[in-house]
Amino acid sequence: MAKKTYEKPTIIKVESSHSKAGVPMPKQKIRKTIGGVNIDEMVDKFGSPLFIFDEKAIREKYRRAYEAFSSRYPNVQFGWSYKTNYLKAVCAVFHQEGAIAEVVSEFEYEKARELGIDGKDIIYNGPFKPYESLVTAAKEGAKIHIDTFDEINDLEKVADELGLEIPVAIRLNMDTGIYPQWSRFGFNIESGQAMDAVKRIRAGGKLRLTGLHAHIGTFMLDANAYKIETAKMVRFMNEVEEKVGFTIEYIDVGGGFASKNHLKGIYQPPEVVVPTIDDYAEAITSALYENLKGNSYPKLYLETGRHLIDEAGYLVTSVVASKTLPDSRRSYIVDAGVNLLYTYFWYKFNIELTREVSGISEPAMINGPLCMNIDVIDESILLPRLKRGDKLVISPVGAYNVTQWMQFIRYRPRVLMVTEDGNVEIIREKEDLSDIEKREILPEKLKLK
Amino acid sequence: MRIENLAINKNGFAFDPTTGETFTLNDTAREIIEDLAKGIDEKEIAKKLSKEYEVTEEEAFNDVLDFKEKLKLYGLLS
Ligand SMILES: Cc1ncc(COP(=O)(O)O)c(C=O)c1O
Repeated sequence: MAKKTYEKPTIIKVESSHSKAGVPMPKQKIRKTIGGVNIDEMVDKFGSPLFIFDEKAIREKYRRAYEAFSSRYPNVQFGWSYKTNYLKAVCAVFHQEGAIAEVVSEFEYEKARELGIDGKDIIYNGPFKPYESLVTAAKEGAKIHIDTFDEINDLEKVADELGLEIPVAIRLNMDTGIYPQWSRFGFNIESGQAMDAVKRIRAGGKLRLTGLHAHIGTFMLDANAYKIETAKMVRFMNEVEEKVGFTIEYIDVGGGFASKNHLKGIYQPPEVVVPTIDDYAEAITSALYENLKGNSYPKLYLETGRHLIDEAGYLVTSVVASKTLPDSRRSYIVDAGVNLLYTYFWYKFNIELTREVSGISEPAMINGPLCMNIDVIDESILLPRLKRGDKLVISPVGAYNVTQWMQFIRYRPRVLMVTEDGNVEIIREKEDLSDIEKREILPEKLKLK
Repeated sequence: MRIENLAINKNGFAFDPTTGETFTLNDTAREIIEDLAKGIDEKEIAKKLSKEYEVTEEEAFNDVLDFKEKLKLYGLLS
C-alpha cells in the first residue's frame, strides 16, 4: 500500500492574539525561480546559503529610472553608489548601462579604477579622503566633492604640488523638512557656512568650484524633500554665480530613493508608502525648471543606490533545525543570519518558500546560525511546518548587505548572478579558512607545533 | 492528562471541556494525541507513523517529542 504524504504534527490554540494562526495561510508566498532559473536547482548545484542577483531586473530598474529623469531633463547622469553594492559584476552592469562611479573612500576609488573606470568618471565623496588619494584623484581628473574646510586646505596643497588648478564641488547640507537632518556632511546653506566655503575657495585661488552636491538621507519616503533640496541648491548656485563668479557645471542631488522594502515600524506595505521613481523625478526636475535662470541647464547627477539594486537581490537560506520555544512559538534555525543581513535592523523582509507546503500554519520565528540572541531574521511569521532542508527566499536584500556583511562565526557564502540569457554565474566565491587567515601573523614563539 | 478528554472532530478542531479552550490541529497531530492517550510510547508512535506515511522513523521520533513539548506548553500534557 502506498504511503500517505506526511504532514508534521501541528496544533495551535485558538486565541485572539494569534487569531490569524490555525488556518491555512491565506496564500502561501512561493517563489520557485529567480530570473527564470529554478532556485532549488541552484541550491543543489551551488550550496546553501546563496545570495542571488538578477541581472535583467537590475538593468530594467536602471533603465526605468534613467528614463524617468532623462524624459524630463535630458542632461542627466547617474553615478553608481559603490558602498551600496560593490561586487564587480554588479558595478559592471551599472557601468554598461551608462552609470559612472560614486565612491566614498580610497578603497572604493581603487575598486572603480581597477574595474576600468577612468578618473574623470568617478565622483569622490566622503568625510575622510586621505591626502594621497586626493593627489591621485586630482591627477586623474575625478570629481572631488569637498566635505570640510580642512579638505579645502589639503586640496590647495595638492594643487601646488601638481601645479594645477583643481576643479572641485562642495557638499551642502540643508533643512529639507525631513528628520533626522543629515547636517554632519558638507557645509550648511542656511547658516551661511556654505557661502563662506565658496568664498574661501575663491580667496585661495587654487581651486575652481564647478559643482554642488548634497545627499539628504536614505530611504526617503517623501519625494517633496527632493523638491526642497533641489530648489535650495539651484538658488544657492544662482547666488554663487552672481556673487562669486564661479560657473557651476553640475548639481548632484545624491541618493536616498526608497526601495520596495518594508521598514520596521511602518504599518503600511511599501506599495503604499514608497514614492515611485516618477514622483522623485518630477520633484527634482520641476524644482530645476522653476529655479534655473536664463538658458543654463547644468548637468544633473544622481547617486541612487538602494532603489536600483535592492529588489534585484535575494538570499536563499535552508532550514537546518526547528524546535518549540517555551512561549510555544516555533523557532526555525536557518543557515544564514544577521551576519549576512545587515539591513535586518531596518527591514521586515519578504520571505517566500520554494514549494507549497500543506497543512496549517503556526506562529514561528526565524533564527540565524550565530550563537547570539539578536540573530533573528523574522520575529513573527506564520509558516506551515517546514522540514529540514526546506528553503526560504529572503528579499529585497540587494542593497548594503553584500557590502556590510560580516565574517563572524561563519564563512560568507557564494554570490550568484542569473544573467539576462538565463545562465548562472558565480560572481563571488564562498570563503574558506585561507581568506580569513591570509592577513594573520602568528609570532614564532606562539607556534604550537 | 487532559488530552484524554479532548473532543476532536473531523475538521481538525479540538475542544477541551475542562478549560473551554479550542485548538486546530492536523491529522498527524490527532493520531499522536490518540496514541499518547492510549499510553503508547513515543518510539512506538514514530514507528507507526513511518509505516503509514512517507517519513523516516528518526524524523517522526523528533516530531513526536517536539509535539509533546507543545502539548505541555498548552497544558494538555504533564
Ligand atoms: C554621498 C552618498 N551618495 C549616495 C548614497 C546612496 O544612498 P541610497 O542607497 O540611499 O540611494 C549614499 C548613502 O549613504 C551617500 O552617502
